[in-house]
Amino acid sequence: MLNFILKRLVQSAIVMLVVALLSFFLFNFVGDPISNMVGQESTTKDMEELRDQLGLNDPFIVQFGRFVVNAVQGDFGISYRLQRPVEDVVAERMPATLELVFVSAIIAILLGVAGGLFTGLKKKHWFSKVILTGSLVGVSLPTFVIGILLIYVFAVKFQILPSFGRGEVVTLDSGWTTGLLTLSGWKAIILPSITLALYQTTLILRIIRSEMLEVMRADFIKFARARGLRQRDINFGHALKNTLIPVITVAGLQIGSLIAFSIITETVFQWPGMGSLFIQAVQFADVPVMSAYLVMVAFFFVMINLIVDLLYFVVDPRLRVEVRG
Amino acid sequence: MSVVDIENLSIEFPTRRGILKAIEGLSFSIEAGEILGVVGESGAGKSLTGNAIVGLLEPPGRVSGGKITLKGRDITHLSENEMRRVRGAEIGVIFQDPLTSLNPLYTVGKQLTQTILTHRNISYSKAKDRAIELLTEVGIPAPELRFDAFPHEFSGGMRQRVVIALALCCDPSLIIADEPTTALDVSVQAQIIALLKDLSRDKGVATMLVTHDMGVIAEAADRVAVIYSGRLVEIGDVRSVIDAPKHPYTRGLMDSIPQIGQNLKYLPNIEGAMPRLDGRPDGCAFNPRCKMVKPVCREEIAALRATENAGQMAACWIYDGGHKYV
Repeated sequence: MLNFILKRLVQSAIVMLVVALLSFFLFNFVGDPISNMVGQESTTKDMEELRDQLGLNDPFIVQFGRFVVNAVQGDFGISYRLQRPVEDVVAERMPATLELVFVSAIIAILLGVAGGLFTGLKKKHWFSKVILTGSLVGVSLPTFVIGILLIYVFAVKFQILPSFGRGEVVTLDSGWTTGLLTLSGWKAIILPSITLALYQTTLILRIIRSEMLEVMRADFIKFARARGLRQRDINFGHALKNTLIPVITVAGLQIGSLIAFSIITETVFQWPGMGSLFIQAVQFADVPVMSAYLVMVAFFFVMINLIVDLLYFVVDPRLRVEVRG
Repeated sequence: MSVVDIENLSIEFPTRRGILKAIEGLSFSIEAGEILGVVGESGAGKSLTGNAIVGLLEPPGRVSGGKITLKGRDITHLSENEMRRVRGAEIGVIFQDPLTSLNPLYTVGKQLTQTILTHRNISYSKAKDRAIELLTEVGIPAPELRFDAFPHEFSGGMRQRVVIALALCCDPSLIIADEPTTALDVSVQAQIIALLKDLSRDKGVATMLVTHDMGVIAEAADRVAVIYSGRLVEIGDVRSVIDAPKHPYTRGLMDSIPQIGQNLKYLPNIEGAMPRLDGRPDGCAFNPRCKMVKPVCREEIAALRATENAGQMAACWIYDGGHKYV
């Protein structure tokens, strides 16, 4: 078991390194940050000096090596645009994104599992058909359309929820800012989190449904019924547990992509998170911020995948044996 | 009094093109401590009958007539919840494939205790004692250790023993074993059959043993019922049915068993195939394949009649008026 975790950690480190290399490599071609940073009156000499100062004249390998060594120590350099350390900027923005993703993931998992179970168990019920038709909307409509629609209905028409921002934010001792402790913060997070969660909800819902349909036909379910077990125990114990492996896989990947998708949602709702930070960084060719963002996202993905792999062992005893042996 | 009494049971499937009658006018009973073998080809309705008794017919299949009596209680039309209390408690079921009958994610101990606790109002530790006792009874070595093992840690034969232990959880008076040995290799088959025999003798359990394997029937059953295309064509003591089959179909079945030492170019068989549910001929369903077919066979179905062997009955016009098999 420990062996397995170690092996996965080493793999994760390699993945991170490759992502870092790619992002660093790519972002060296998105534009010249110097021309954005200097004023109109600056001379070529000034620009060259700045370039030297930032180490942009060093060979690529040297630049990358410096980036990695610093990044491991939590130092992602100075943002070209904001002239502040990138890690400070990210630390400011990260709570907003992570809270949004957290709330969305909870919504997606709760609604997805509940809806999937219902539609899987009562496939002929009229409400199942309503859910399934509705879920088609969730899969096919682009996120920003849903966001704008929600803004129109709840912020413009009924004016009960704010259309942008995080609301009132409380700063905790650890420096983490949270909107989840104030009423306006909760109000502000409703629309963006629903927008972000909708696609994932429908995806989880549809997977659970099809897995349920599959499992309910299995012999061991028939045998469980033949033993007179309560339908509740069969549905939520025997059947649901057997659908969990694919659901964990997909839910894990989806939580990763929630972080990535949040770029769009954050833009629509002007949510002050990492997504909007990234968009601004792209427009400004702010390489340190972009690199830091990509490395962070990759880090979350890798960590989630590691957790997913470990969850497999919790759920499925058959895997435990293979690792032991 | 017999443990289970099936009277005139009919099962049908409503389809878009009309109602298909899968089982018609089936009657038999099983005494305590007796093993009734039920044989027939695939699709004859053997498993369907077993499923109907435990109330597990897959919709749209339904019992359209007749009566199922378990220990004097009519269980034909119990509600789903009442039937659930009968299943596992009074009727134990064993399915064909032990590899897929057990939930892979629960330990066998959990599956046993869950079944016991569903039907019995006892403490967990009592249920655990009972589970270990059951594992011992079905011949699983080191039951205390195996209690916490997962199904994949057992061999096929051992898993079938666990399945049998699960069926026995609450001392049922009837066991329906649906092809319990089909998925096992021959030496394990013999062990499982011996186990089933012991259980029915020692505990006085009535057993309905559904199979298409005449060897299993000869080995295990006290009586045998032969089903062809949804109808009972012959029933009687296992020795007399095997040694002196009365119905032409049963006779064909017995003749189809190759004998050791025979040197045959082709295996013997019954010409033709069983008719589909929507393509049964008028009269006896076996008439297109029967070598002794008479005009009346194509018009009317013969009732089950006594033959010259006591207790052996056959549904064939040959026995019209107690005539001998010719």
